[in-house]
Amino acid sequence: MTDLQDPQPGARARPVAQGGAPRPPRPTPTPTPARAPRGDLVGWLKDHLVLILGLLVLAYTFVPIAVVVLMSFNQPLSEQSKIYQFQGFTLDNWLNPCEDPSMCEALGRSIEIGLLATLVATVLGTLAAFAMVRHEFVGRSTSNLLIFLPMAAPEIVLGSSLLAMFVASGLAGQLGFWTILVAHIMFCLSFVVVTVRARLAGMDDNLEQAAMDLYATPAQTFWRITFPLVFPGILGAALLSFSLSFDDFIITNLNSGNTTTFPMYVYGVSRRTVPMQINVIGTVMIVVSIAIVVAGELNNRRRRVSL
Amino acid sequence: MSQAAEIDPAAQLDAAYDGLRLAGLTKSFAAFTAVDDLDLDVPRGSFFALLGPSGCGKTTTLRMVAGLDSPTSGTITLAGQDITRSKPYQRPVNTVFQSYALFPHLDIFENVAFGLRRRKQRDVETQVADMLDLVELGSQARKRPAQLSGGQQQRVALARALINKPEVLLLDEPLGALDLKLRRSMQIELKRIQTEVGLTFIHVTHDQEEAMTMADTVAVMNKGLIEQMGAPAELYENPRSTFVANFLGQSNLIAGTITSRASDVVTVDMHGITVSVPTGRTHTDGDAGWVGIRPEKVLIGEPGEELDAPGNTIPGGVVTDVSFVGVSTQYLVRMPWGQELQVFQQNTGRVRMFRVGESVELSWRPEYAFVLDQSQDASAGAQQVGVDG
Repeated sequence: MTDLQDPQPGARARPVAQGGAPRPPRPTPTPTPARAPRGDLVGWLKDHLVLILGLLVLAYTFVPIAVVVLMSFNQPLSEQSKIYQFQGFTLDNWLNPCEDPSMCEALGRSIEIGLLATLVATVLGTLAAFAMVRHEFVGRSTSNLLIFLPMAAPEIVLGSSLLAMFVASGLAGQLGFWTILVAHIMFCLSFVVVTVRARLAGMDDNLEQAAMDLYATPAQTFWRITFPLVFPGILGAALLSFSLSFDDFIITNLNSGNTTTFPMYVYGVSRRTVPMQINVIGTVMIVVSIAIVVAGELNNRRRRVSL
Repeated sequence: MSQAAEIDPAAQLDAAYDGLRLAGLTKSFAAFTAVDDLDLDVPRGSFFALLGPSGCGKTTTLRMVAGLDSPTSGTITLAGQDITRSKPYQRPVNTVFQSYALFPHLDIFENVAFGLRRRKQRDVETQVADMLDLVELGSQARKRPAQLSGGQQQRVALARALINKPEVLLLDEPLGALDLKLRRSMQIELKRIQTEVGLTFIHVTHDQEEAMTMADTVAVMNKGLIEQMGAPAELYENPRSTFVANFLGQSNLIAGTITSRASDVVTVDMHGITVSVPTGRTHTDGDAGWVGIRPEKVLIGEPGEELDAPGNTIPGGVVTDVSFVGVSTQYLVRMPWGQELQVFQQNTGRVRMFRVGESVELSWRPEYAFVLDQSQDASAGAQQVGVDG
């Protein structure tokens, strides 16, 4: 603050001069040597502001994930310890992930429901997306609109309406695996339709006509042109479906009866002692997700390089 | 309006006509007829251009030949076979799409090989290599379409269609996406390839210069009908409708009344000035007509000057605009009846330039003028902007 007495004109000229990019020296009406050190710091901050903010946001995002990874190696001091903090390093959690068999059972069930829901929702949703983009039919615009509803409606509303529907259909005593699966397929379907539809709508119609013009039958056109071009959308939709299904708590909780999925297990034990193995599962999931993203990116790069 | 029915009656009866024949072809959409009772014969091995402004039905015609649209009525016969209802993949016809429609997930080689593989042809490798050499893309075989320039993509699209040796190759504004310089060289290239492979090419375009440069026969289409068909020079020199007169190049159209008809010459009174036009260039049966003359056929001179044009001299003009464009000078001359006529004068160096406000006399040789029906709109087809049809 020693330079407060500096004349104003210099301050006006400064923001431009501090721009970081080297520029030829030009005569300044007010030489301000005392200002230089602070000017450099401010200039540096200005140049790197976006980078700094970006790093902060990344840190904000990754700290909780880092905690999960760290806690997967945690050695709680006593079995009854309710203090969720790092107390010592161990590999025990990784070596005995199924120490609580009910956790692994819930996990297996979640994966099973996730895979089944993904399969059914992806097939049905892809077919629906083709119908909506490619065919004129009565109620097409209405369907296009209605397909958004499950995405827009609050989960708690969807979950309770599903429950009401199951109960009204006389399935109150049979809530469990199948009702969860039906519910998951229902909400995954919208996401699949929207994802595949976007991919399909962005595709040039002429490509299929060109294929037909080049002696490809409709079936050949579909399998050689349409499907390979839409496939990334379908794959994306399937991954999205799986993670939505695997992750879901609210709708599942309302329609599960006595069945426990992994998110419900975590919720249940979080009120008692949280087994450290949950963090192992969490870490594995993170690693798998990162692996998928990295594999996709590598594939893209390989393709670009080979071009 | 069926001047298009220029079909030789003898050929019409001949079931073994080996070219492409469209007969009574009509395509109607809900509230509008894109192609209206079109009759057209395209001889085998010709380079045929369908020329017209956007929305004239030329692309729809092409798509019906390709099988991508089905006609409301009429028939399409190719080499004596009725293909009106056959599927696109059953026709010996291939298309070069305006957007090229190259398969983005296949490399250049596989794009070109696509048609051969569908028909389970042998020696795909050598055929594709030969074809890529023909279009000078041999070294790009393993690239993806997105890595090529527009001109290269265009040549891939051409190669992909040509390799199947179709009876008819359809080109839908294939050069529309290229810049002017590239377009010129591709025009020459296309013409060379057509001569080399000897296939029938049908080229759809809105660019009259492109049509005239490349095609041996041009059909000018407007509002679903063929206005006139013939060799480029014939269409240009002797247009039969105001649309053709304006769409192909520019024309001065001056209202006139036919005063007498002799066997070889028709006399027209044009705002008090009598001009004569050969009977063969008079395309109206009525008394009222448009006297048409191309701007470069009009000579400009000082009043009373003896111009090299025995015949029609129109005095009393005043120069209102002069544009010097290098090879020629373009004048706008206001005539006594208020109309402005265009005059293009070659800059041979033997004539002096006129200035705005000077009095001039115009003249032209009678054999260059033509007379059109006055019921037609004098501005039809004028000022076409380069947009896709």
